[in-house]
Amino acid sequence: MEWIRQRLDKIKEPFAPGKKYEKYAPAVNAIDTFLFTPNHTTQKGAHIRDAVDLKRTMITVVLALVPALLFGMWNAGYQHFSQLGEAFTFWEALGHGALKFIPMIVVSYAVGLGIEFAFAIFRGHEVNEGYLVTGLLIPMIMPIDLPLWMLALSVVFAVLIGKEAFGGTGMNILNPALTARAFAFFAYPTYMSGNQVWVSEASNVDAISGETILGSLAAGDNVSYGMMDMFYGIIPGSVSETSTLLILVGALLLILTKVGSWRIMLSAFIGAAAMALIFNALPAMGVTGNELTNFPWYGHLIIGGLAFGIVFMATDPVSAAQTLKGKWIYGFLIGFLSVMIRVFNPAYPEGVMLAILLMNVFAPTIDHYVIQSNIKRRKKRIQSATAQVKTTV
Amino acid sequence: MSKDIRIKRGLSLKLEGEAEKELVKAPRSKTYAIKPPDFHALVPKMVLKEGAKVLAGDELFFSKYTDELRFTSPVSGTLKTIKRGEKRKIMEVIIEADPEDTYRDFGKMDAASSDAEAVKQRVLESGCGAFINQRPYDIVADPKDTPKAIFISAVSTAPLAPDWGFILKDKIAAFQEGVNALKKLTPGKVHLAVDASSAQYLKDIKGVELHTVKGPHPAGNVGIQIHKIDPINQGDRVWTVNPEDVTIIGNVFLTGKFIADKTVAVTGSEATNRKYFSTIIGAEVADIINKVDEDVRIISGNVLTGLKLAYDQHISFFSNEVTLIPEGNNYRAFGWLPFTYNNIHSNSRTSLSFLFPNKKFKPTTNLNGEERALVVTGEMEEVLPMDVYPMQLIKACMAGDIEKMENLGIYEVAPEDFALVEYVNTSKIEIQEVIRLGLDLMITEVG
Repeated sequence: MEWIRQRLDKIKEPFAPGKKYEKYAPAVNAIDTFLFTPNHTTQKGAHIRDAVDLKRTMITVVLALVPALLFGMWNAGYQHFSQLGEAFTFWEALGHGALKFIPMIVVSYAVGLGIEFAFAIFRGHEVNEGYLVTGLLIPMIMPIDLPLWMLALSVVFAVLIGKEAFGGTGMNILNPALTARAFAFFAYPTYMSGNQVWVSEASNVDAISGETILGSLAAGDNVSYGMMDMFYGIIPGSVSETSTLLILVGALLLILTKVGSWRIMLSAFIGAAAMALIFNALPAMGVTGNELTNFPWYGHLIIGGLAFGIVFMATDPVSAAQTLKGKWIYGFLIGFLSVMIRVFNPAYPEGVMLAILLMNVFAPTIDHYVIQSNIKRRKKRIQSATAQVKTTV
Repeated sequence: MSKDIRIKRGLSLKLEGEAEKELVKAPRSKTYAIKPPDFHALVPKMVLKEGAKVLAGDELFFSKYTDELRFTSPVSGTLKTIKRGEKRKIMEVIIEADPEDTYRDFGKMDAASSDAEAVKQRVLESGCGAFINQRPYDIVADPKDTPKAIFISAVSTAPLAPDWGFILKDKIAAFQEGVNALKKLTPGKVHLAVDASSAQYLKDIKGVELHTVKGPHPAGNVGIQIHKIDPINQGDRVWTVNPEDVTIIGNVFLTGKFIADKTVAVTGSEATNRKYFSTIIGAEVADIINKVDEDVRIISGNVLTGLKLAYDQHISFFSNEVTLIPEGNNYRAFGWLPFTYNNIHSNSRTSLSFLFPNKKFKPTTNLNGEERALVVTGEMEEVLPMDVYPMQLIKACMAGDIEKMENLGIYEVAPEDFALVEYVNTSKIEIQEVIRLGLDLMITEVG
């Protein structure tokens, strides 16, 4: 390690302040600080600091994503082979998925980090770690067969328009990963919806029924999967959103490390359950529902991208509500609206993407009203204090 | 009768190197220094020239904009140097001490039975006005103001903080007299905060509204107590005094002398003689700590709010503590991996340090990361037990939005209340400085 350190110091020399390549220092620093936590000491303020930093926080989220990611790879292969009716082993399934999925991750990171580095040099600040998570999330929420150039274009849109245009990490209004998905969804609808895209190479074979559960429900068809299959995630869908079980494992890590807000997760699941329960109650009120409204409420929680969106994207601290009370409201409305969009608008079988993006936009408004109540309390206190003075005088 | 204040949110850092409860008389320093930068926003104007003879209690300089506010010499001797910094700003006033102190005699006075105006004059002419701090803004109090109340916190919750009960043990008569004097300075109450384990003699102080404080740091911060007891509104003035400084004020009335005795605890993992030293304000730090080299940081005060000192410098005016911790200017390979380097404390759970709630940590001055944009939410609220939205207030301060700062409660906070917020902050933003600059802006714009 000592040797690497010395080499790094040598490499960094021409990038020091006042030297020839000073401008490009953020790029070198990003690599350096990836290998070593720097030797910076506190200069003002508190002399000691917490062990946590943004890198650690972001890497924790990446770790939480790993179970769902590995399962997604395997499931891509499993869906492919089982729909074709071919015999296959566990490793063949994983290999098939990996061959498809790893290039997506590479493209996402290469394009996204390229833009991040360029902006860091241009703006003269260090590279923020937010993209470590975003870059992994984007391929995870796309169909497995999405052409790589579409993926790259979605990443460019998400990072440039969704994030850097607003001032970079910490300033964006919309979740960048969902911005990428929404871009792809509206720009290339044929690659992002229907019953041909969810199973790897399904379009080559006519006989495959690669519909997602939400797709079949919206079409009024019966679902051929059992509840436990849905919970384990052995169903067609975007790469890594199918396994509610492994998403919950990730959620557990996020909650235990206090990196993800349990308030948002809990309230979002409550919101989704509440909306679904209302729909379930329709027949009792004399309204005949359809397949979607009659789908049991616990089913709504485990199908589609709902769990993935709630756990990994609704909890993005930058685009979520920032106050504690706000987080409860924000989460509840995401769950509530997700199921509502699912049921009312069959053109968008999965509502969680739109629900989160919509609530991203309203999160500052929610915070505003939460903070207003604090301000009102303070102003009231001044009034009662001045009133007291008057009575004593 | 005491009223209870229970604080739930906060963080009591357990660190290695607590001071032993043994009082030692420190050797007399060759020089003593009063440092005007210890008094934020003060513009000093010297009354003496270099080479002048002074008695303990003789005026050295006064505040240019509030000339009643005087600053007096802690010892008798010769005014050796007036150290100036940029733009001839006075940084230090150094006095070469006589072997023995001779005091200027102000005359004894019974504070309780005296006229309020006379008490105020005595406090000011003896230089005790310097001990009185004002909230909002956390600056030296303006004697022309009439404070709504005066607050004294004898609760130590800061990491390795000295025990006020131990420091005040033999000074309780002077403390009582000091309280009597302070009572004359306000039409309101004098509030004294103690904790449940405080000695009975502190709870028996007369003429104060006693509060029993319970909870983790920053419960001992006077700002948090004010917020819970009688929050500051726009236009209010509240004064605060450190407990030991109350005894100095008391002694002026009891003896007629400005006896600037200060008890300083030497703490921290790198200190070898961890004891309480009885010394005088502005003493040389080298007289009470062991010889240290470059890789130890000397802090006048505690690790969260103190000031960095060099080995040949003088202890700050308000410090009751000197902390020695290792510098952390070393690299750590893959320091960002979660659940590694668990010997470094973290309030988040990305380090396993939370599994050892009773472990005493040995922190270094390493920043443990680099400055980033503010991303993580919710962590600040966990360590700030105030009805204030910390992140929103910090952003308002950064933006210099005065109306927003006012609305969000800038009058109720001081930089030290945000020390823990700064400690836990994932993005390593210098939050105490942000709050300080915000308060400075309020001083110039609102006053």
